[in-house]
Amino acid sequence: MPTRIKLHDARFDLAEDPFTAVGDEREIPPGDVIISLARFQEHGEWLLSDGRKVGVRLESHEEVEALAYDLPRLSLVALAFPKFGDGRAYTSARLLRERYGFKGEVRAVGDVLREQAGFMVRCGFDAFEPADGSTPQDWDKAVHRFRHVYQRAVDGRPPAFAERGK
Amino acid sequence: MYQYDAIDKDILADRSAEFRGQVARRLAGELNEDQFKPLRLRNGLYLQLHAYMLRVAIPYGSLNPAQLRKLAWIARTYDKGYGHFTTRTNLQFHWIKLADAPDIMDHLASVDMHAIQTSGNCVRNVTADPYAGATAEEIDDPRVWAEAMRQWSTVHPEFSWLPRKFKIAVTAAPKDRTAAKVHDIGLVLKRARDGSLGFEVMVGGGLGRMPYIASTIREFLPVNRLFSYLEAILRVYNRHGRRDNIHKARIKVLVATLGAEEFARQVEAEWEKVGTGPDLPDTELARIRGAFAPKTFGTLSPRSDAFETARAGQPAFARFARNNLKPHKVPGYGIVEVSLKGIGETPGDASAEQMEVVADLAERYGQNDIRVTHEQNLVLPHVKLDDVPAVWAALDAVGLATPNMNLVSDIIACPGLDYCALANARAIPVAQHIAEKFRDPERAERVGELKIKISGCINACGHHHVGHIGILGVDKKGEEFYQLTLGGSGAEDAAVGQALGPALPYDRVADAVDTLVEVYLRERKDGERFLDTFRRTGVAPFKEAVYADAN
Repeated sequence: MPTRIKLHDARFDLAEDPFTAVGDEREIPPGDVIISLARFQEHGEWLLSDGRKVGVRLESHEEVEALAYDLPRLSLVALAFPKFGDGRAYTSARLLRERYGFKGEVRAVGDVLREQAGFMVRCGFDAFEPADGSTPQDWDKAVHRFRHVYQRAVDGRPPAFAERGK
Repeated sequence: MYQYDAIDKDILADRSAEFRGQVARRLAGELNEDQFKPLRLRNGLYLQLHAYMLRVAIPYGSLNPAQLRKLAWIARTYDKGYGHFTTRTNLQFHWIKLADAPDIMDHLASVDMHAIQTSGNCVRNVTADPYAGATAEEIDDPRVWAEAMRQWSTVHPEFSWLPRKFKIAVTAAPKDRTAAKVHDIGLVLKRARDGSLGFEVMVGGGLGRMPYIASTIREFLPVNRLFSYLEAILRVYNRHGRRDNIHKARIKVLVATLGAEEFARQVEAEWEKVGTGPDLPDTELARIRGAFAPKTFGTLSPRSDAFETARAGQPAFARFARNNLKPHKVPGYGIVEVSLKGIGETPGDASAEQMEVVADLAERYGQNDIRVTHEQNLVLPHVKLDDVPAVWAALDAVGLATPNMNLVSDIIACPGLDYCALANARAIPVAQHIAEKFRDPERAERVGELKIKISGCINACGHHHVGHIGILGVDKKGEEFYQLTLGGSGAEDAAVGQALGPALPYDRVADAVDTLVEVYLRERKDGERFLDTFRRTGVAPFKEAVYADAN
């Protein structure tokens, strides 16, 4: 079973991935799956009623608003980085967490590098499929690189102004 | 000047350590150039024509003497003994070795400086009025807001991977010295009738191959809502800005495509949902305001005998005082402009020795305050009139007292083909030839305010679109040609210039400028600037004269 880096209780671990990512050209296998937005919109109801966990993969141009009413029933949203410089998924992750209160897994897939770790965690990602062979240790180091942050974000770290206000 | 606290210093140290690790991975071959490039750019490190270039951030153009001395020391130790001040009020070193870059970052951090986000598709160094805190025109100190935005934008988790670079300018004076209307966001502090402070928010200006003047999307944004509003703007841009075509990726294209009204509607809709979360507490704004160590000004007579005596006795000083000295908000003080546009010199360049002299003067006479302007000059914002003669003499001794502010030889020029990998034509020698033509300061003063801006390629780093006379270098079958535009302005009356006619060969440019000036002197009516005359007469008389000469 493939693995991905998972963040839980402020620790990064290599964890087995219970989900199967299914491309649109493949038949949907049994078990927990991640499917495209288009496929979810077509077959989501059937899959969910099947009693399994369902995740949806959003491409960087697809908007989280499309999932607004289905989010409570989804276990996972995978946000794609076609290139690591395409930053739309950061906004998507924040909206999932802050605007929609999504509690499931938010996974970074695609061109995912350790250099993005800090940005991703701050925006609410909690699972990662790195493309650069980086390890949980690399992610841990990258995320804790900065002892302070200037802005409020999803991760709840107190920003500099809050630290100063103490 | 804003005083960094332990948190600000830690962030610089952490960033520097991160960059050192990235350079080590690159030098060890663990990162290839494609992977390393976006990382080094976020730290201001470019690979130019001949060497690495390091662009050091000078947030809102504000420096203290220790910082300027450190820049001089770096110039001498790691470069060829000089640095280049840019239209983003940054300082560039053009001859840096990659292996030295991490050490340079540490040296910068030792004086609270860095190169964070001076490049890359993120929020760049925020610029502000170089007269901030010194001019009576302003209604509040824009540096407070610029510093708050510096912090907000530094390693921003959501907005560090935008479709393209993002530039913000803030001013608080009716006279715009920041070129706010050609920025991605231009902010103008205003006071409402009830006395409360707010911003006029202008979005979507920019130069480059598609020049646009920014549109006002909000007349008055209460200052305490600035950060949620910025978040809304940047979120709309991050989601909907084009990423398929680098030339159409700036926010100006999104604003122009949607129309300013529709863009504003989307921003307002997003802003409503953002809520009040991201704004800074008033206590933090008060802390930032307090961290700009307040200046203490003496109670002086508005008239200085020492100043008047020098002015009456020395014509050269009188000329300097006329052109390079601006009124200060406190009687008995002045704002001294230090020209980095010596005749025959490279616009914006300063030697290590010159930087040290300016640092000394700021320390001795200038309340430890130095500013960089977007027109590539320096400013000593707080000098007693009594001390201006001494400051002038010291500047003059190192070639920094050229009395040409806003005159024809005060030219913005990008580095051009001499340094830049993107350029199609030289810019520096063109500026030098024009300056030579107007070497006679009496003639230059007779001409009055005339802003010439030169770019060596369509990326427009030299702001040619908004020059009263703009000059754009183009390559035609291996030969350098120059397209002239007239009537542009980057100030509060911002406008994009209009083409004069066919491009001219390299050796015709300075003569053409001379001709344009002669037409202006002939046509002008009572005290009009070049720009005003052009706006009245249109392009015809100018065009006729230049191309008649060319035939």
